Amino acid sequence: MKRSSLLVLAVVVILFAISWILKANQLSATEENYILEAFLITFAAFLTLSVLSFLYKDNPFYKFAEHLFVGVSAAFWMCLGFWSTLVKNLIPRLSEGLSEFFNEPYMPGDYNFFFWIPVILGILLLMRLSKEHGWIARWPLAFIVGTTAGLNFVRYLRSDFIEQISATFVPLLIEWQGVGHFFSNFNLAIDGQFVMMLSNWVIFVGVMCGLIYFFFSKEHTGVFGTASRVGIWILMITFGASFGYTVMGRISLLVGRLTFLFKDWLGLIS
Amino acid sequence: MRRQVPLFITFFVGTLLIVSVFIPPMENLGEDFTLFFDIIAVFAFFLGGGNLLRVHLTKLYRKSPDWGFSVVTVVGFFLMLAAGLFKIGNPGDISASVTAEGSMFQTMFNNVVLPLQSTMYALLAFFIASASYRAFRAKNREATILLVAAFIILLGRTPFGMMLTAWIPDSWSVLQVPNLAIWIMNSPNLAGQRAILIGIGLGVVSMSLRIILGIERTYLGDDR
Repeated sequence: MKRSSLLVLAVVVILFAISWILKANQLSATEENYILEAFLITFAAFLTLSVLSFLYKDNPFYKFAEHLFVGVSAAFWMCLGFWSTLVKNLIPRLSEGLSEFFNEPYMPGDYNFFFWIPVILGILLLMRLSKEHGWIARWPLAFIVGTTAGLNFVRYLRSDFIEQISATFVPLLIEWQGVGHFFSNFNLAIDGQFVMMLSNWVIFVGVMCGLIYFFFSKEHTGVFGTASRVGIWILMITFGASFGYTVMGRISLLVGRLTFLFKDWLGLIS
Repeated sequence: MRRQVPLFITFFVGTLLIVSVFIPPMENLGEDFTLFFDIIAVFAFFLGGGNLLRVHLTKLYRKSPDWGFSVVTVVGFFLMLAAGLFKIGNPGDISASVTAEGSMFQTMFNNVVLPLQSTMYALLAFFIASASYRAFRAKNREATILLVAAFIILLGRTPFGMMLTAWIPDSWSVLQVPNLAIWIMNSPNLAGQRAILIGIGLGVVSMSLRIILGIERTYLGDDR
């Protein structure tokens, strides 16, 4: 390790210790386990700053945070899957003894011999770790792929195809009482008649034009081409809106982390 | 054995699930198979953990470059695994939830996983900002539409957007930026999303058929 790297490491360790002591001092009046609490908050702040340090460049602190995240996340999902799926949903259907061991209510009426199938397939999946017998892992994989294909075939046909088409056929005239009434009460209120009608027109025409844009079996010329062009505009609005929405989501996460740093850790915000 | 059996399993399971929709006594088959799927997925998590350990322990054994960070991964992995599997510090007996407040598992989640996960995602805000600075040029009509829509959505979700157009009367309220952002999300955005969803629906259905019928076999990998 270079001398400059050692110096940076020493500075970080000293700053961590000072922060821990100051935080413990601050929490001593309110928290029972203030030393542990102070350590946890300081460690979380250290991890947050380590990840943010990547904005400067890739560095050992970021690598530390990244590697810790990978290890801890893998174990987190393993434990959650074990307790919430295997213990809660599988064991009470298969074994009375194991149910008693885990203090889960055994369901004799729900005993189902077929639940051994996913257990066997799951064990076969672990064969993937073996170089010689790794091919056996294709069997559970085939089950997963077959299940996904079978379920999605029906699910997507219903929710993404039939229901979306059905929801597109909306009334194009809302609370219609004649042209005179329409113009005499014309306004641009968000819940007004005109805006609601405009919304339905945009949805109906937008979906049709969007679908025309995705239809490549006919050349996009003439009326078809114009509709296709409108379809592109609608899709551009969708992409722009999705982009804006994603950015705001990320920024709110960043605000959350900055709030943690300035409020929970440093105590600069009340 | 290596290719025929998996193809048969895929065909059998896929067909059975589609047929079950049309036969009332088999209605619950979909739910049972979803649970089977979840159970196998847990084993897949175990496989992922095992593979992670294998990769990092190999790096440690060979003293590969940056092997010190592999120690961090392995130690973090085992600490979290022990905290979760043995429910260390859990209030109550073994039947108490693994994520109960006060448990070591939940404490590690709150103070390690959560900060790391949310900061990793928050980091993307900077990259998106720099990418959009380079990509967002009003070069043509389509790019301008995308730019304007994104700008309105961004502005509409900030207090500044509300302040900017608060003077617009209620009878023209759709022109207030926050309302305009809502309208864009609920109308043109919905239309575009719906066109895409219909396309996705057709794509998924055709791909499912290809998989069930054994035309699509890439998921089996090569013959090694």
